[in-house]
Amino acid sequence: MAERPEDLNLPNAVITRIIKEALPEGVNISKEARSAISRAASVFVLYATSCANNFAVKGKRKTLNAGDVLSAMEEMEFQRFIAPLKESLEVYRREQKGKKEARKDKKADSEEQDKSREEENDEDDERMEEEEQNDDEEFPAKFCAAPMGSIPPGFHSQV
Amino acid sequence: MAAARLSGGDNRLVSLPLSRIRVIMKSSPEVSSINQDALFLTAKATELFVQYLATYSYKHGRGKEKRSLTYSDLSHTAEESETFQFLADILPKKILASKYLKMLEREKRDGKVEDDEEDEDDDDKEEESEEEDDES
Repeated sequence: MAERPEDLNLPNAVITRIIKEALPEGVNISKEARSAISRAASVFVLYATSCANNFAVKGKRKTLNAGDVLSAMEEMEFQRFIAPLKESLEVYRREQKGKKEARKDKKADSEEQDKSREEENDEDDERMEEEEQNDDEEFPAKFCAAPMGSIPPGFHSQV
Repeated sequence: MAAARLSGGDNRLVSLPLSRIRVIMKSSPEVSSINQDALFLTAKATELFVQYLATYSYKHGRGKEKRSLTYSDLSHTAEESETFQFLADILPKKILASKYLKMLEREKRDGKVEDDEEDEDDDDKEEESEEEDDES
């Protein structure tokens, strides 16, 4: 899949909202400033990824894991992020676990499904690519994180 | 508990779309695969980064006087702060076109025979002063 230039940008609306919520009320943010921060965020992702990847390589692994990202933050001198990141990760993992369990229950009710699909859940990056359609919309994490086709209609995650 | 709502006013754990973060991460050729937790953490870290960059720049910048955050506040941060130095190339300082022309003239007079090539900073906004950001 070829990447168009805009694919390496993050959605404007989301970036703007994050900025607005961080700054005191009533502060004006120029368009240029907004676009600069958005670009900076993309660069941050690249920098963090490259850094995390070094740790994975050092650990002779091919898959980036949570520890690699946290080590990268340390390396990049963003130690201040580590505690809040760890907290969020815990919540995230609990949510994922909850979803998994709910799916398992549903499966127990319906006829047997492919069990191995469950295990591949976390490792299967490919499915997530089909998730997003519209580049400019905000997407709640609950939609991003779950593989397509395995959330029964009407199911609400614990977010 | 606040832990679950770290991303601000809304109820989601993270607002940046994980799939887009993943696209950016995968654009690095040396990366093979990314575990789900790592993807989540990267997205969350990016949010924290945006918040940090914005607040830091506002706090240390001149825009504060006018209750605004401008490009120049950001490029100032990239230049002055070690933490944000990795952004220096993408957030260059801007100068007035007139100042730049004067620099060129001075260099010519001082015996630098070579004309400057096309400025790498192809940003057309060189015409603007640093303060003349678009109001959003």
